[in-house]
Amino acid sequence: MNKLNFLKPDKENITTYLYCGLFLLFIALFDVILSSFLKINITSFLPNSISFLLPLVFGTIGFHLIRIEFSGIKNLDLLNKNINTSTFNAVLTLLIIFAIIKAIPGTLSWFIIDANIAGDTKEACTGSGACWTYIKIWLNRFIYGMYPNELQWRINISFILLISLAFVGLIPSEKIRKFLTLYYVIIYPIIAFILIYYLISGGSLGLEWVETGAWGGLSLTFIVSFFCLIFCFPVGMFLALGRRSILPTVRYISIGFIEFWRGVPLITVLFMSSVMFPMFLPEDFFMDKLVRVIIAISLFEAAYVAEVIRGGLQALPRGQYDAAKSLGMGYWKMHVFVILPQALKLVIPGIANTFLALVKDTPLIFVVGLLEIVGMLNLAKTNPKWLGFAMEGYVFAAIIFWIICYAMSRYSQNLELKYKTER
Amino acid sequence: MNFKLNKIIPQLVTLLVVVLIFGFFAFNAQINMDNRGIEFGFGFLTQESSFDVQFSLIDYDGSHSYARAYLVGLLNTLLVAFIGIIISTILGVIVGIARLSPNYLIERTAAVYVEFFRNVPLLLQIFFWYFAALRALPLPQDSEPILGFSYLTIKGLYTPSFVWENLNIFFYSIIAAIISIVVIKNYAKKLQENQGKQLPVFSISIGLLIILPLLTFLTGGVSLDFEIPVLKQLSTTGFIYEGGLSIPPELIALTLALSLYTATFIAECVRAGIQGISKGQKEAAASIGLTPNQILKLVIMPQALRIIIPPTTNQYLNLTKNSSLAAAIAYPDLVLVFAGTALMQTGRAIEIVSITMLTYLSISLSISLLMNWYNKKIAIKEK
Repeated sequence: MNKLNFLKPDKENITTYLYCGLFLLFIALFDVILSSFLKINITSFLPNSISFLLPLVFGTIGFHLIRIEFSGIKNLDLLNKNINTSTFNAVLTLLIIFAIIKAIPGTLSWFIIDANIAGDTKEACTGSGACWTYIKIWLNRFIYGMYPNELQWRINISFILLISLAFVGLIPSEKIRKFLTLYYVIIYPIIAFILIYYLISGGSLGLEWVETGAWGGLSLTFIVSFFCLIFCFPVGMFLALGRRSILPTVRYISIGFIEFWRGVPLITVLFMSSVMFPMFLPEDFFMDKLVRVIIAISLFEAAYVAEVIRGGLQALPRGQYDAAKSLGMGYWKMHVFVILPQALKLVIPGIANTFLALVKDTPLIFVVGLLEIVGMLNLAKTNPKWLGFAMEGYVFAAIIFWIICYAMSRYSQNLELKYKTER
Repeated sequence: MNFKLNKIIPQLVTLLVVVLIFGFFAFNAQINMDNRGIEFGFGFLTQESSFDVQFSLIDYDGSHSYARAYLVGLLNTLLVAFIGIIISTILGVIVGIARLSPNYLIERTAAVYVEFFRNVPLLLQIFFWYFAALRALPLPQDSEPILGFSYLTIKGLYTPSFVWENLNIFFYSIIAAIISIVVIKNYAKKLQENQGKQLPVFSISIGLLIILPLLTFLTGGVSLDFEIPVLKQLSTTGFIYEGGLSIPPELIALTLALSLYTATFIAECVRAGIQGISKGQKEAAASIGLTPNQILKLVIMPQALRIIIPPTTNQYLNLTKNSSLAAAIAYPDLVLVFAGTALMQTGRAIEIVSITMLTYLSISLSISLLMNWYNKKIAIKEK
């Protein structure tokens, strides 16, 4: 038997070190799990601070003992390489593991075990956890806002139609493919506008008129984001081209426009659209506040889109411009067929980020009195029958926004891969 | 001729459109204001504001002017921006480095944090901290002291405040220390260039920063006292803390949300910056015999900072602009005090909204000018 050196574990006595180390690790984890799940403190006979730190000390020593390089055991090497490279790393690893174990019981009990979802009044929530009944009862409002219940089929049908029309691009027919850009840039927005104007807003064709003040919830989030996305992109593209134009007037106006919108917070822009903009219009001219908000957000985000696209334009080598010019292409032909397709491909991540920011900015429309999902939450929170469930509401909305934004960022990464061309 | 027209006509058309739009707006604004009997002008700024602000860094009450109210709002905005920038930078750098850690668990934890907090709207996060998390705190009478002297309650954070005597001397000493550090640094650089000797500049700097202010305590008549908050009963159920420094919950929620949100973006900037330095740089530095510390200080950081700083400044700007969301939880910042209350009272929409926007615009533009200057300074000087 070789001499054991516990300060410097080596491969010779690997089994001894492994057993000792794993035993200490096991004790540390066992102690934390017991105190976390069953509220039993097996080291309660020790002073408080020692009993608190003991698992950390045991775990660190345990990790130290199993930190043997090139041990020949696949899993051990993998473990050492990933979470146990040094003492400092081992301590951090332990802290994270302990934090996760400590957080599990509380989170589980709040979300599931002690939570209530049955019943339809506040009194049904007897557990100490979340009251999902609140979300269940208010779900309709969170999605449709104040839109009359019996008319909600109109929103449903519009959204289903719009979503299915968005998939036209998947049709593999060559004939249709030619018109795809035209379809997405011009025809699709027009269809969307007609649907929303006639079906959701109503007022003609025998449909009852629903004022935009009654719209709200998640559907309003989608409507606002959708139109702003559609409008801000072309405006941003023209601004980017304007900023790189050789004509001084066009260039300086574009620069001024972009820097102005980028320099002010969105909330002041919305203030402007709600209190200042009406002063700029003829007296008898009425513009719906939803329209004003969509214009304001679109112009605001267009400045950001413009800067992103400008980055793409600048990244293109001069040769591309020269080559296009030498073929006899004019300014517009050159940009539409040569420059923009390449530049836009380069800036997909940046544009996706701007669009994400746009979706995340939609809750701000509460400034003008439009209540999308976060606004509806705040309204529901102050309802005297349902006081005290702010947490549930915010967690619910956070999860929804997270899913939307995460899906968008994943989709943009896919697009980036799809359009990636080797140069 | 044709060539020239090609350039002039589009410019003229653009100019004409812009002028027409602005003219149309101005014309309508004139008519609208005439109809409502409002005169355009900034005279209202000197009028008595007659509204109170909950939290103010300078002396203010209803008898002060609207201009003073504007200043209160601006200072509150800058305060939030300042605290937020400091916290988010520290947190962002830590998380950014953690995302490059070889430790799988640390890397994942940092990634989960970044992915979660950047994908949830900031307004929702502010609401969450203010209406859900901070509302769960204890009432003043039930609160337990933190570290023995601070109290975190539903009504805010109460900590001891400093009571200074001869504070100006203390400040002068710090300024003197900074100036001498700069001088010593220049001297050390010259020394190294001429004679190849190295001075321990870092330890000398730390020493100066500690010793000089300390001397003022001993000889300059500077003294420091603490005022500890004391629980006081107002009525049978109403308690508050008096004395010390009280930080309102709005400020806590706002800075917390802003810092946690912005830190995720700063973390990504830091990660991109460090990843942007090629491995060859490190190896080249090691091959000429630099120590790991010197490699980090002299080779990696100067190059990484060049990548990190421009997008990070952008994030600072975003944080400052996002602080205007304060209006949603009634923290008296520029938007709430000036574009909210003052606008409601005076009805001067055009003037007040323009002033507010111009203020933010000048903050943004001055920071970007500063950033451009810095960028030029640190840009790689190619021959």
